Amino acid sequence: MAQKKWPETWQEVTPGCMIFEGGNSREYHTGSWRAQRPVWDNAKCIKCGICYIFCPEACVKEDAQGYFAADLDYCKGCGICAHECWPGAITMVEEG
Amino acid sequence: MMSTAKPISIVENFEIYAPKLVDKEEFFCSGHRACQGCGEALAIRLMCKALGKDTVIANATGCMEVIATPYPATAWTLPWIHVAFPCAAAVGAGVEAGLKVLRRKGVNPDRYIKTVTIGGDGGTVDIGLQALSGAMERGHDMLYVCFDNEAYMNTGIQRSSATPFGASTTTAPAGKASIGNKTWKKNVPEIMVAHNIPYVATASPSYPIDFMNKVKKARAIQGPAYIHCLSVCPTGWRAKSEECIKLGRLAVETGVFPLYEVENGVYRLTVETPDPLRPVTDYIKAQGRFRHLTPDEIRTIQRRVNLEYRKLMNKVEHSLSWTE
Amino acid sequence: MSKRIGMEIALATAEAVALCRPDVIAAYPITPNTHIPEHLSDIVAEGRLDAEFICVESEHSAMSACAGASGTGARAFTATSSQGLLYMYEVLGIVSSMRLPVVMAIGNRAISGPINIWNDHSDIMTMRDLGWLSLFAANGQEAVDMIIQAFKIAEDPAVQLPINVNLDGFQLTHMVEALFLPDEKEVDRFLPRRKPYAALHPDHPVTMGALGMPDIFTEATKARDQALVDSKKVILKVWKEWEKQFGRRYEPIEAYKTKGADVVMMTMGSMGETAEIAVDELRREGVPVGLLKLKLWRPFPFEEMKKAVRGVKTLIVTDRCCSLGGPGGPLAAEVRSALYAEAERPAIENVLIGLGGRDVTVNDFKQMFRQAGKSRGIYEFYGVRG
Repeated sequence: MAQKKWPETWQEVTPGCMIFEGGNSREYHTGSWRAQRPVWDNAKCIKCGICYIFCPEACVKEDAQGYFAADLDYCKGCGICAHECWPGAITMVEEG
Repeated sequence: MMSTAKPISIVENFEIYAPKLVDKEEFFCSGHRACQGCGEALAIRLMCKALGKDTVIANATGCMEVIATPYPATAWTLPWIHVAFPCAAAVGAGVEAGLKVLRRKGVNPDRYIKTVTIGGDGGTVDIGLQALSGAMERGHDMLYVCFDNEAYMNTGIQRSSATPFGASTTTAPAGKASIGNKTWKKNVPEIMVAHNIPYVATASPSYPIDFMNKVKKARAIQGPAYIHCLSVCPTGWRAKSEECIKLGRLAVETGVFPLYEVENGVYRLTVETPDPLRPVTDYIKAQGRFRHLTPDEIRTIQRRVNLEYRKLMNKVEHSLSWTE
Repeated sequence: MSKRIGMEIALATAEAVALCRPDVIAAYPITPNTHIPEHLSDIVAEGRLDAEFICVESEHSAMSACAGASGTGARAFTATSSQGLLYMYEVLGIVSSMRLPVVMAIGNRAISGPINIWNDHSDIMTMRDLGWLSLFAANGQEAVDMIIQAFKIAEDPAVQLPINVNLDGFQLTHMVEALFLPDEKEVDRFLPRRKPYAALHPDHPVTMGALGMPDIFTEATKARDQALVDSKKVILKVWKEWEKQFGRRYEPIEAYKTKGADVVMMTMGSMGETAEIAVDELRREGVPVGLLKLKLWRPFPFEEMKKAVRGVKTLIVTDRCCSLGGPGGPLAAEVRSALYAEAERPAIENVLIGLGGRDVTVNDFKQMFRQAGKSRGIYEFYGVRG
């Protein structure tokens, strides 16, 4: 979707402030909030998908090889994935 | 007839590869403004995966409504309506009725669309209880999921009737003259069972497969269903954000929040709890909202947890089905 | 062909609602409008109307359920009065802001306290500012007609706003009147199925009821206000269509024998019928008085108001409620405000009458006319003992 000009004029506000572009929250990159980010060690990863399941931001994505990584546009650095990873393949690293 | 199904064991049989089989579509998208490590946002995300596309959501005012739909942004790809705080269940009832009529009259396609109403503990067990009771009593074909983070978190961590005994909140704070919240958690699943609805369950995103299975089961019921989902709130519980899932697990392992379901009156534990239960102090010590409690006060909590657990297990062992 | 029948107005209103084929009715009983939802539930139970009748557990839930139903694109209706209206109060503004064309019949009743189940306008006046369109019926025929018009107005693509039709509790709701009830075919021709602006369905998902932060709230409010102001065009258009199809004429302010009248009275609701008789009798005595019956309350009919009072020396505005401690009854305060900028405007007097169901007789109205011009202050409680 094209980036809407914001703030809108009163004529541009959708009636009822309804929103028709589902999931356009993605335009806001919550990644700017974090103080640390997860780093995967694929050598240890068993590809179980637990990190993908437990991410509240839905930002852990599986790649073509079946390994996982966080979409840093959205990752808030909560650390759940690192904490839950069974083989300890994920480490939280301070943001520079 | 008692249920003879064996509950899933926590560790040995945990289907660790099941997450890979979960539907990858996201209905609750990134970019929402929840706190880092929000158990409730995670729970909603998982619930939606279990519900699928043919769902309409009615949402009470609360954390999830505010963080997900700041105009002009929405994290939802499902059709979604929010009206006010106390009436989510009534709005859901209206949605259910509207969808039913429009399908019957041929205005909408001839396809079953599920109505799901969600609310926090505030919008469900306190201000929303009347509407919930009314909707469940009238038998609307609607699933209600309460995302319980045990206080009015959105307005600043005020006490609700779902706040556990001894928790410090901003309207029942711990201090020299107070233990914090002085009352025991209101048992809303029991209230729902008393409404004679076909399905009631407790759930937690720390047990995602169990939670999603319950959502699927509830969705399939053409009638009222209720799921009470413990949503860990690291912000309000003063816990580490990365321990969100661990705390949900501890709530189950200590018997504070056992995971069970009630189908037509038959109680069944769906996730095995350790025997003996882990001491409640394991759960409490990880949360700042209980930091002030003395060993005596913790013992009081332990006794009550034991009692409530015994009451539940009594029902699990002896409950009879309402159906023939 | 419309049939002329004698029927209790509340029941006739319910029949009129049923003719509009509502999809969802969610109502909670409260005197004196109860006969409306009761009769609707009868009609549904007899199989004459295919609708979901939800026996909600409170008025707050009634309006909330209507909001949810309207959100799916269904045609939703409810009825209430007084305390029931107050109980659903927070949802009223929301339904308007969400642009859901819910139709509500209000059997006007005094708001407590002391608790009083009889007719006055204090209930509807509490919701002036919430963004609902508002019509006032003076008799049973108007109630029936306005309910059907209401659906068409509210659902018009250029409007998409909730609307209430006001009928005086007991004075209208419980009276039997001879009136024309349109038949199904006529109403189907007048009122097609609702075509919602947006509907809750996975085939076309939408988020309804988003959070509006300070940087958008003013614009959202302006947009809604403009929608209300612009809706008058649609209301007049619908009234023209009604006149063409059913032969009965409606206008925002109906003038009765105002030609050459020095003193004109303004009423809303059923009092206008009684005041008409007073005007007739005084006119027969040679006293030049007239009557203005306000039918359109929101959006406020500014242009029609200015035109209606041109040349009038004294305008007696009757209010069937009191704005306690305020600058007059609601109608008088708004009329004064609307005419303030006019170079020529009548002297405006405000009488509060008929509070809490007190009967206002033809003689009372004649008395009010005769007392015109005698200074009364900003407002006056007519006939108060003491």
